[in-house]
Amino acid sequence: MATTVLDPTHAHAAKRSVIVEWLTTVDHKKIGILYGASAFIFFLIGGLEALIIRTQLMKPDNTLVSPEMYNQLFTMHGTTMIFLAVMPLSAMFFNFFVPLLIGARDVAFPRLNAMSFWVFLLGGLFLNASFLMGAAPNGGWFGYAPLSSRQFAGGLNMDFWVIGLQILGIASLAAGVNFFTTIINMRTPGMTLMRMPMFVWMTLITQVLVLLSFPVITVALIMLMADRTFGSSFFSWAGGGDPMLWQHLFWVFGHPEVYILILPAFGIVSEILPVFSRKPLFGYSAMVFSGSFIAFLGFGVWSHHMFSTGMGPLADSFFSLATMLIAIPTGVKIFNWIGTIWGGSLQLKTPMWFALGFIAMFIMGGLSGVMHSVAPADLQQTDSYFVVAHFHYVLFGGSIFALTAGAYYWWPKMFGRMLDEKLGMTHFWLMLIGFNLTFFPMHFAGLLGMPRRIYTYPSGLGFELYNQMATAGAFLLGVAFLVFIVNVIKTWRGPADAPADPWNGATLEWAIPSPPQEFNFPALIPVHEKDALWQMKRDAGVSRLPEPELVSGKGIHMPGPSWWPLVVAVGILIFFIGFMMKDPWAFPFRPVNILGFAITTFGIFKWAYEAPDAHAPQH
Amino acid sequence: MRLLRIARWRTLPLALMAVMLLVLVAGCTSGTHPQSTLAPKGDYAEMVDGLFMKTVYLATIVFVIVEGALLFAIFKFRGKPTDPAPEQSHGNTLVEIIWTVIPAVVLAIVAVPTVQTIFATAKVPTTSTDGQTPMKVEVIGHQWWWEFRYPELGITTANELHVPVGRTIDLRMKSFDVIHSFWIPQFAGKRDVFPNRETRLWFTAKATGAYPGACAEFCGLQHGRMDFYVMADTPEQFATWTANRMADTMLAATGLPKPAPKPDTAAANGAVPAAAAVVALPDTMDPALATQVAEGMQLFQTKGCIGCHTSSAMSPMKGMVGPNLSGIGSRSHIAAGWLPNTDENLKRWLHDPQAVKKGVGMIIPPLTDVEVNALVAYLRTKR
Repeated sequence: MATTVLDPTHAHAAKRSVIVEWLTTVDHKKIGILYGASAFIFFLIGGLEALIIRTQLMKPDNTLVSPEMYNQLFTMHGTTMIFLAVMPLSAMFFNFFVPLLIGARDVAFPRLNAMSFWVFLLGGLFLNASFLMGAAPNGGWFGYAPLSSRQFAGGLNMDFWVIGLQILGIASLAAGVNFFTTIINMRTPGMTLMRMPMFVWMTLITQVLVLLSFPVITVALIMLMADRTFGSSFFSWAGGGDPMLWQHLFWVFGHPEVYILILPAFGIVSEILPVFSRKPLFGYSAMVFSGSFIAFLGFGVWSHHMFSTGMGPLADSFFSLATMLIAIPTGVKIFNWIGTIWGGSLQLKTPMWFALGFIAMFIMGGLSGVMHSVAPADLQQTDSYFVVAHFHYVLFGGSIFALTAGAYYWWPKMFGRMLDEKLGMTHFWLMLIGFNLTFFPMHFAGLLGMPRRIYTYPSGLGFELYNQMATAGAFLLGVAFLVFIVNVIKTWRGPADAPADPWNGATLEWAIPSPPQEFNFPALIPVHEKDALWQMKRDAGVSRLPEPELVSGKGIHMPGPSWWPLVVAVGILIFFIGFMMKDPWAFPFRPVNILGFAITTFGIFKWAYEAPDAHAPQH
Repeated sequence: MRLLRIARWRTLPLALMAVMLLVLVAGCTSGTHPQSTLAPKGDYAEMVDGLFMKTVYLATIVFVIVEGALLFAIFKFRGKPTDPAPEQSHGNTLVEIIWTVIPAVVLAIVAVPTVQTIFATAKVPTTSTDGQTPMKVEVIGHQWWWEFRYPELGITTANELHVPVGRTIDLRMKSFDVIHSFWIPQFAGKRDVFPNRETRLWFTAKATGAYPGACAEFCGLQHGRMDFYVMADTPEQFATWTANRMADTMLAATGLPKPAPKPDTAAANGAVPAAAAVVALPDTMDPALATQVAEGMQLFQTKGCIGCHTSSAMSPMKGMVGPNLSGIGSRSHIAAGWLPNTDENLKRWLHDPQAVKKGVGMIIPPLTDVEVNALVAYLRTKR
């Protein structure tokens, strides 16, 4: 075929094996796919953990899993879904689509981006490797001191958690620097900040949240690691520390983290709704400012996770009111989404259904969120299944619905194949029903007094019905994702014949072939308006632009592949594993730490002196 | 035809959800839910419930309006690809101001009673509804059981908190180890307990009964089995219970045949505090049972039980790491509010506590069936 000759990616592939190509890639699209594939596998692992949890809770006094195993399962379920599934699934879209949406050929720091991915993957594998040692983290995803201290958690379990999160934090921070810089510096001519697609805006705000909140958890984790490994007393009252300090540090990170999980979802939905309503996003600037306002307020509400600690009426009032304030910009977003579809010509395809499902479910999560902001009522709800219901409505009903919408929407651009509509609709309805069947009854279980994180419950408290419904729903959700997998496999076998612009898109990624060539844009496209592609079509007076040609890319310099990001990531992993080592690998020599440090330093040194296009195909 | 088919197909999930909602609401109103937050039996919980129901009503109104608008828009504005492009509206400042202000007003309606209730529940009332001063109770969370102390009465007990109806209870709470959270949904919201600071909570029971509570903060292996009961008694019942607890310390022998001291344990017996060595028994006890009880008492000392447990509510020695066993014979549950306190369950527990509740702090030497029966008979006398 002519394309293989013309496409430098393919010409290049002939010289290097496929595995080497993927291990050394710095192409943001390939890294995006790597992020997506690994995150989806972690998502399935986290889902499997959830199914075991739900089976255990199906009936009272069940003994399917031991209490020890249950505690590991729910800790890993939470940690996996937050750090290894939802965040990296968002990162998949950042990686693949932010450069395309801003009309750029690459991200600002391609090798840093590759390192970020490898650190994430190794961190995720490291966390899950704990299961193989029978020592998965068992102290909750929040790791409250002193339960996470050496005194009460002596095994390797919480070491895996502390160190795993440290490693993942490095990945998030590196990605944060990269995408912040990319969005600020790499936009195509004419794309002012207020012309950026909403997904890019939400990504930018998310990176600000990452850059400001992850240092807090990093410091907290270093303190906890010091307590565990070196016997310091930051969180130990016997040595003059305070367990309460951990809670404050954790939630100063933890609440912005909630918005790190949901803002990209807001962005995805804000891209999909206009396209399938055939009309622009309603209230663009209100959407930008409400997103920024949510992020800003997100740093001032952390203690609403701590009402039950008894901070006193003044603090409770402050954090109650601050939390309620967040409902206003969130409400503005919901109303603007409804305003977007209002008066539109709705094309009810699978991505649109998922986006609409997102709005419907997120409203419910938002309303129960306002109930939590009412501090006295929260004292009854916190740490009960009501909270479990609430955050699954925002995290699953919100983030996962939106990410799935994004997957169906952008799949043709990523892989050049349309996903099957019929299977897509089956997936949607199964997921909507399964989701509500799983999580709606949990509101009731919680209000009727069922605490969270209990490995079983006695009969006679009236929890049975709700738990049976939730378990049935959970398996339905499992089936829904099986349908998705079937859809992927089925369409993968078909030809890669997706058009460049299957949905009549509004943004620049639809102006280039599906999938895009390595350099994305043969020539940078200047923009003069929001919804640049719609504007281009209007200017040309057509409803569809002609299918773009594949071009040779001659003269376009792209950064070459590099081994050093992977080497640095491995070094970082080894360095951190060193902190788990007991004698004789520990004090005073710590050879494992030193080895990891040496590899990292060597890798950074080589990376710094490697020419950007050292291994790039020559033109 | 096509429209009809779509309508039917799309209303199916809605119908399913409506059915589910009905089942849930029906399930909520029928049956027994003794741990429910929705049926408050005390003043604190009533205040919270009133506030919560306000938010529920408001949320329902908002839910119906917003979800209704969304569903309406989906049905009303369905289009075909061949339809002409709709009007390209970018926004409407007036509408946007309106839908910013309305939520703000709704939130203000919630905010005012929220702050009022925060302050109303923060302070322990100075007098109870029955005119007395609130009764102080110290709560101490342990992995994984609850200790209760009545400093004004000098009583210590575990896992079953007796309170008189109508008297405000002023709880001062701490933890022995990790963070726990004390939760009796029908009386009050949760309050965490810390190893290094005292937290406060209060409630006044309005109706007698047995109210289950639970630890609500994840506290390790057996967090799921760290329950307890609040027994809301009439003042008379409470007085009887208090008197029984005090009686446990009395030194007077009460008709129990004195156990024949065995030579090998005589020395150990000498070290046993007198209070633990005395059992109050009815005069009419069956002699066979009385012997068994005496043996049980002996075993309680020789098998090391008294290293961690005391059955005296009044003068608990310092450093008693196990739950106080005063009145264990008449408690409703064992193993921290979980297993019904039957002879059968008590025997299971004494044979192998680790098999019943893995990770529990209790270490016990292997016991024969005869020994276990004797211990159970002895513990049953602790009423």
